[in-house]
Amino acid sequence: MKILVCISKTPDTTAKIAFTANNTKFVAEGVQWIINPYDEWYALVRAIELKEAGTATIIHLVTVGLPDCDPVIRKALALGGDEAIRVNAESHDSYYIASQIAEVAKQGGYDLIFTGKETIDYNGSSIGGMLAELLDIPYVSLAIKFNMEGNDAIVVREIEGGEETDKVPLPLVVSCQKGMAEQRIPNMKGIMGARSKPLKVVEPIDVTPLTSIASFDLPPAKAGVKLVSADQPEELVRLLHEEAKVI
Amino acid sequence: MSVLIFLDQADGQIRKSSLEAACYGAKVAEQLGVNAEGIVLGTVTDDLASLGKYGLRRVHSATTEVFNQLDGQLFTKAIADLATASGATVIVFSNNLSGKAVASRLSVRLKAGLVSGAVALPDTSNGFIVKKTVFSGKAFANVAINTEIKIILLNPNSYSITIGEGVAEVATFQTAPAPAKVQVIDVNKVVGEVPLTEAEIVVSGGRGLKGPENWALVTDLAKLLGAATACSRPVADIEWRPHHEHVGQTGITIAPNLYFAIGISGAIQHLAGVNRSKTIVVINKDPEAPFFKAADYGIVGDVFEVMPKIIDAVKKLKGVS
Repeated sequence: MKILVCISKTPDTTAKIAFTANNTKFVAEGVQWIINPYDEWYALVRAIELKEAGTATIIHLVTVGLPDCDPVIRKALALGGDEAIRVNAESHDSYYIASQIAEVAKQGGYDLIFTGKETIDYNGSSIGGMLAELLDIPYVSLAIKFNMEGNDAIVVREIEGGEETDKVPLPLVVSCQKGMAEQRIPNMKGIMGARSKPLKVVEPIDVTPLTSIASFDLPPAKAGVKLVSADQPEELVRLLHEEAKVI
Repeated sequence: MSVLIFLDQADGQIRKSSLEAACYGAKVAEQLGVNAEGIVLGTVTDDLASLGKYGLRRVHSATTEVFNQLDGQLFTKAIADLATASGATVIVFSNNLSGKAVASRLSVRLKAGLVSGAVALPDTSNGFIVKKTVFSGKAFANVAINTEIKIILLNPNSYSITIGEGVAEVATFQTAPAPAKVQVIDVNKVVGEVPLTEAEIVVSGGRGLKGPENWALVTDLAKLLGAATACSRPVADIEWRPHHEHVGQTGITIAPNLYFAIGISGAIQHLAGVNRSKTIVVINKDPEAPFFKAADYGIVGDVFEVMPKIIDAVKKLKGVS
């Protein structure tokens, strides 16, 4: 079984979010870039576990980005995976990215494609569904458990207010979230090994993005907390009722 | 031309988040000078004609058995066919789990630009620009949709439901969906609780509560307020509370009218999941807890002393003894 894992680079969860050029550009200076946590902790690690268990034979990683993505994809290779493919393009919108990954997927003939449930920067949650539609295959979102049973995947996924277990034939796209696997830290052997793993760079196909970001805004600053004395908690209830009018 | 709103159902009833999407879609239709129409897939017990009060002129319904389970591929095809037949130029979903699963596929099928996580009506003065949350709630992006058909996923609790007069025309449509490839073999739902993403008030507990045996301080208040309950990541990790209650960067993102945080310090990853809440209340004994910086109201104090008094005061307010 061949698995393709989609990897995206995102600013670290604690990065300061600021914009420049009339609020049209994200300030990338001084930002620490990481593998999108959902791609790393859940999608990639579960794929590695499936290979360790003998269920999967080959794991490829794919990312869409310019050469500045290479350190992040090398870091992913240090965790595991046999080779990485970088589509050499600026990322544009979800449709553009999904179309590039779909092209890689068609070339590679994968049985299973894992994505994270969303990226923590754009928060689109749309790559998985788009990719599945482009490839005309099923998509199971928000998976918390994944196993194979014969030729079918058994996937436990989150639904509103609970969980659902699905049985789905391959090929399949799965978006992964907490529960799929436990976070791992690359060891020295992995880090050394990652240097010699192939990182193939392919040129993008011609795709017109469907959307574009016109500008960014920061949320208005909070007015500051109104503190109530611990001796008078009933005053807080009064404020919530009469001033904030939320209870 | 029309604005088409996907009305998602839960056990035969239209979800609250979809009613928000209906009101939002009706307003977009008004902006564009066209009609708002709804689409319901599967069997619902709600009176579809009464959805007119949310601004829908017509509701399209297909009650085919197979639609009672949400299947992304089948739903996408049905919605795409109807959107094409009815000349929809804007399609609105709630940005809930079903909306996300279907809308992304639909975007590809119709070559329609999609914005998920919308928080405001589109700006149609120059193009079609939709404001959405990015960087896990730390910023907004104004996204231009450059295609003829536009898809918007509206964040729950971002647009108020307004009820007016009106009766929708109910139109049934026939489709012959292919058998579903995804076979649902088990469903395990928590019943009788307010769904976290739709709740207007959320009461949440952290490690400051010391142990699961003290959770009555959270659940009692939640019950009095008709609120959903939530927790911080460490609390879910050490299994004091179930994982589906975990809000934060790696858990569920919520935006209730009131978020009541008890004994949660407010790490940046937790804030990412709750920072769009309209009013945030923090009870914590540590005056340096970062959560106070993001809060609207707070009490620096021992949760075990403060919370029983708050619960009593709420009981008095609600006239409960």
